[in-house]
Amino acid sequence: MSPSPDTPLPRLLDAGETALVAEFGDQVDPAINDHVLALDAAVTARALPGVRESVPTYRSLMIHYDPLVIDRATLAAEVTALAQAAPAQGRRGALWTIPCCYDAEFGEDIADIAAATGLTPDEVVALHSGARYRLYMYGFAPGFCYLGGLPEAFAKVSRRLKPRPPHPPNVVMMAGGLASIATVSMPTGWFLVGRTPERMFSLTRTPTVLLDVGDELMFEPIDRATFDALEARAAAGEVVARREPQP
Amino acid sequence: MSAPALRIVSAGPGTTIQDSGRHGYLRFGVTGAGPMDALAHATANLAVGNAPGASAIEVGLGGLSLAAEDGPVTLAIAGAPFAVALDGQKLETPLVLTLEPGAALSLRPGPAGAWCYVAAAGSFAIAPVLGSTATHTRSGLGGLDGGPLKAGDRLPVGETADLGHTAPSRLIAPWLERSRDVVRVVLGPQDDFFTPEVVERFLTQPWTLSGRSDRMGYLLEGEPLTHAGGFNIVSDGIAHGAIQVPGEGLPIVQMADRAPTGGYPKIATVIGADLGSFAQLRPGAGFRFAAVDIATAVAARQAQAEALARPVERMPLIRTELPSDFLLGLNLVGGVVSATAPAT
Repeated sequence: MSPSPDTPLPRLLDAGETALVAEFGDQVDPAINDHVLALDAAVTARALPGVRESVPTYRSLMIHYDPLVIDRATLAAEVTALAQAAPAQGRRGALWTIPCCYDAEFGEDIADIAAATGLTPDEVVALHSGARYRLYMYGFAPGFCYLGGLPEAFAKVSRRLKPRPPHPPNVVMMAGGLASIATVSMPTGWFLVGRTPERMFSLTRTPTVLLDVGDELMFEPIDRATFDALEARAAAGEVVARREPQP
Repeated sequence: MSAPALRIVSAGPGTTIQDSGRHGYLRFGVTGAGPMDALAHATANLAVGNAPGASAIEVGLGGLSLAAEDGPVTLAIAGAPFAVALDGQKLETPLVLTLEPGAALSLRPGPAGAWCYVAAAGSFAIAPVLGSTATHTRSGLGGLDGGPLKAGDRLPVGETADLGHTAPSRLIAPWLERSRDVVRVVLGPQDDFFTPEVVERFLTQPWTLSGRSDRMGYLLEGEPLTHAGGFNIVSDGIAHGAIQVPGEGLPIVQMADRAPTGGYPKIATVIGADLGSFAQLRPGAGFRFAAVDIATAVAARQAQAEALARPVERMPLIRTELPSDFLLGLNLVGGVVSATAPAT
């Protein structure tokens, strides 16, 4: 989808007296997310005194601020001006290949996903690993990746009725028409598709976070022996995902 | 001899190290954490000469017992009126005192309130993680090892000017005496997911804090709220104090350990000046919300900042349990008796 040539002005909403929400829409849409990321970059570059940090999400930017340093009206005027001056350029993120082991041991829910969609387990893996995903946002937990681009065939896969017990670290999941990569072990309402040896977030590695929001990624199926080998390298601090050259 | 340290003798669940929080990493899904009652946390730190956001111990309802090692440690204790005892002698809070090696200090929950803070002069020499020592147990960040404090933990005290021995003294901190009956909110950012009648009901009906509350979220009990339309929204940012209303209609106030983003409509946001007093509610406590505008929220915040800008004054501690023969010996008591007793 190409970005709109017009620069839409965000709707400004108050989340208390210390956070302003600049909302560009209410959908998961790359064009909306492009506007969020363009405003995020502009707000970060402007470095207004009193602006503490900003948090880009699918569809809005939350700007945390100290109202004793910058008042709401001044901040709102600045954000509106920045949104006008920083139209989304259809920025192109990097493309990554993330190794993923879909073996039944890790892809615990592939059989259930196959049953829900009428696909065979092999078709689930082929479809999942054949799609190109976009990293829309981080959230929930350190380095937890919210991905769009899940094939339509998986739209029927809802959320678990009840959260399951904590999953292993670095799992690849789907639910509610979205895909995700989790980092730390947590209870979850998502369905498990596979496990990657890559760490999307690691305190013992530089960089701590590999991907920028707006980047794209694909999953490369690997067998268990490859997983074990890459897992050992990743545990030692190596990056095992590949950043692909783009024309 | 090594530098003085505090040794944790025993710690109930929910006792953690907190500084002002982990800032700048919300965009990577990293929770800010930080104190549940920032005003009390800052007061304890300022009373012993620390920066207001320095590392201190947040004590929950599980309580804490401490000892000093390798030298005396001067401490300030502020927050909920916990029962504090030094070698068995009860002391009134908020207070400062010097804990000598060999002495035993304990904090137990008092009649009200949920969180009490122990700050050491010089703070604690703990390595920060992503710029902060704030403990977030769910993701295993901060503190000594990413978890709550436990018996045997040793907290080295940072360098400080020698304050000398401080006899137990009461801190004069009237700003910590806050109403817990009314919690002020700014409506939004998603109050338009509810009809005006439901928003009005949210503001007028009584609410009770659920026992399932923790540092991440305070769950409320009351008549459930109904959404005008759907209750699933595409995830967006969550501010400290945001009041999420999930499908079942019972609000969850997002506290210090909240996730940075989430997917339920947020009907209102607790103002910063009331977050600490709200955090001090005990499960079962009742309260109401009241809507205010941004200007009122900022003015309340300003007033708290001004209170903290002045030095925290002290007065000698009044002993709370005086022997009756001592009381009888006072002229004051005798005078009261003779004023009310019939003449003989």
